[in-house]
Amino acid sequence: MNPAFSVVFLTTASGAGYGLLAWLGVLNAAGVLPRSAWFGLPALAVALALIVAGLMGSTFHLGHPERAWRALSQWRSSWLSREGVMAIITFAPAGGFGLAWLVLGAAAPATVALGLAAALCGALTVFSQAMIYASLKPIRQWHQGAVPVNFLLLGAFSGAACLAALSGGAAVPVVVALAFGVAALAAKLGYWRAIDRAPALATLASATGLGGMGPVRSLELPHTEENYLLREMGFAIGRRHARRLRAIAAGLGFALPLLLLLLALVGLGPAPTAAAALAALAGVYVERWLFFAEATHTVTLYYGRAA
Amino acid sequence: MTSIPARTGKQLGLVIDLDTCVGCHACAVNCKEWNTSGHTAPLTDFSPYGAGQDGVWLNRIHAYEAGLGADSRTVNFPRSCLHCAEPACVTVCPTGASYKRAEDGIVLVNAEICIGCKLCSWACPYGAREFDPDQGVMRKCTLCIDRIYNENIAEAERVPACVKACPTQARHFGDFADPNSNVSQLVAQRGGVDLMPELGYRPTNKYLPPRPRRTTVPAARPAEPTPTGTANALLRWVDRALSR
Repeated sequence: MNPAFSVVFLTTASGAGYGLLAWLGVLNAAGVLPRSAWFGLPALAVALALIVAGLMGSTFHLGHPERAWRALSQWRSSWLSREGVMAIITFAPAGGFGLAWLVLGAAAPATVALGLAAALCGALTVFSQAMIYASLKPIRQWHQGAVPVNFLLLGAFSGAACLAALSGGAAVPVVVALAFGVAALAAKLGYWRAIDRAPALATLASATGLGGMGPVRSLELPHTEENYLLREMGFAIGRRHARRLRAIAAGLGFALPLLLLLLALVGLGPAPTAAAALAALAGVYVERWLFFAEATHTVTLYYGRAA
Repeated sequence: MTSIPARTGKQLGLVIDLDTCVGCHACAVNCKEWNTSGHTAPLTDFSPYGAGQDGVWLNRIHAYEAGLGADSRTVNFPRSCLHCAEPACVTVCPTGASYKRAEDGIVLVNAEICIGCKLCSWACPYGAREFDPDQGVMRKCTLCIDRIYNENIAEAERVPACVKACPTQARHFGDFADPNSNVSQLVAQRGGVDLMPELGYRPTNKYLPPRPRRTTVPAARPAEPTPTGTANALLRWVDRALSR
């Protein structure tokens, strides 16, 4: 699948934003974050900026961005619509959380409750986002239960890395980021293993209905030039370099930030956590690019390619 | 609404006969011609006369080789929207632009409200939908709704443009909900098949596999006995010369 910049950016930025929002809500409820509004409001602003940047960016790949509001209407059947609805709903508790933190203080029951509500809404938004991909049957690398787990863990990890940096290397966010970094890496390695072993969904024989005659081979294509289908669904560069790109994503997105977080934990101060957050964001971006680029679509069977 | 109707009144669709299709592309060309000026218009072309031609087509004609050795066959294979009973292209649409009609089962795109997110084309396993970057909306086969219900054209012509154009009658249009219709009968008689049935989209359109060969390949003929007995030297030479 063609990794459109806007979609890769959307899922990376908003995933980290919702992750940061969720950890702010959860860890504030646990009482382990600084109580100062000077910490809470800028951190919340970073989370909302990441979310808004992602959502705005996602409209750039639309043929008609001015009609984007229509995407909120079909939540009964469409995960894309549900993502949009949840994204907008989440702004309510998130905004209320910030306001309550400022007016009532971080420890007030209303602030705690709104923070937890924002965390839940953010998680549901990321889950809906993942289900857009996981619900697509023709793409075997996406049609997997592991996809929402990956999206949620990667959002939690990159969000926690951001919170570790924003809290100046406070112990609890650093430990949370380390724990979720290890969990996300394990989930990602498991996902790569699974898609390497998953059998093809369909074959050229079943796609043409000609299997009863023996082996089927593509003899002639319908057109001599690339078309929309081959550009969008037949993207091959990612798979050609998958091994190297996976190593980059694992090294940049997981190994490096985990090492930097460990350094912060043993007392090298807040600087490594900022580098860890940037590395995690960049690594998740490469990982998300690869999530698209490695995916194959059954339409390529008709063109004599693997899917 | 992007929810799929529980059942449709009619179930209009095509039967494509892979035995008689000669791969002439006439169906695709007539589809393009009709639909670039009808309900779906325009079907944009980029650089139509230069290098790197690119454009929207609602029907694409592949060719495959099936089987091995002397039993292998070239099979021409037109590919277009199958108007599935379980069209995920409809349910994934966030705007309601993609829909399946309850009255006749035709899957359509309302270009007035399509936002061009392309998700429906990802959800289609068959590659039936093509995005038009010029108009910013998704295009697909409409089963020529502007022909089949068109009272301004002769009744015999109220069939999709591809069906009308086919010189070998490899394409048949009809109602699959009626077990006595031409298409239902053809599918029953010739063992019509679904494409990628394992994905569960339950396509309406059916493909008729090529018929088995009527005759086996004839054995090589024994060599004619050469007339060597003649005494005439000239004739013997002629015989040798012509036998070379």
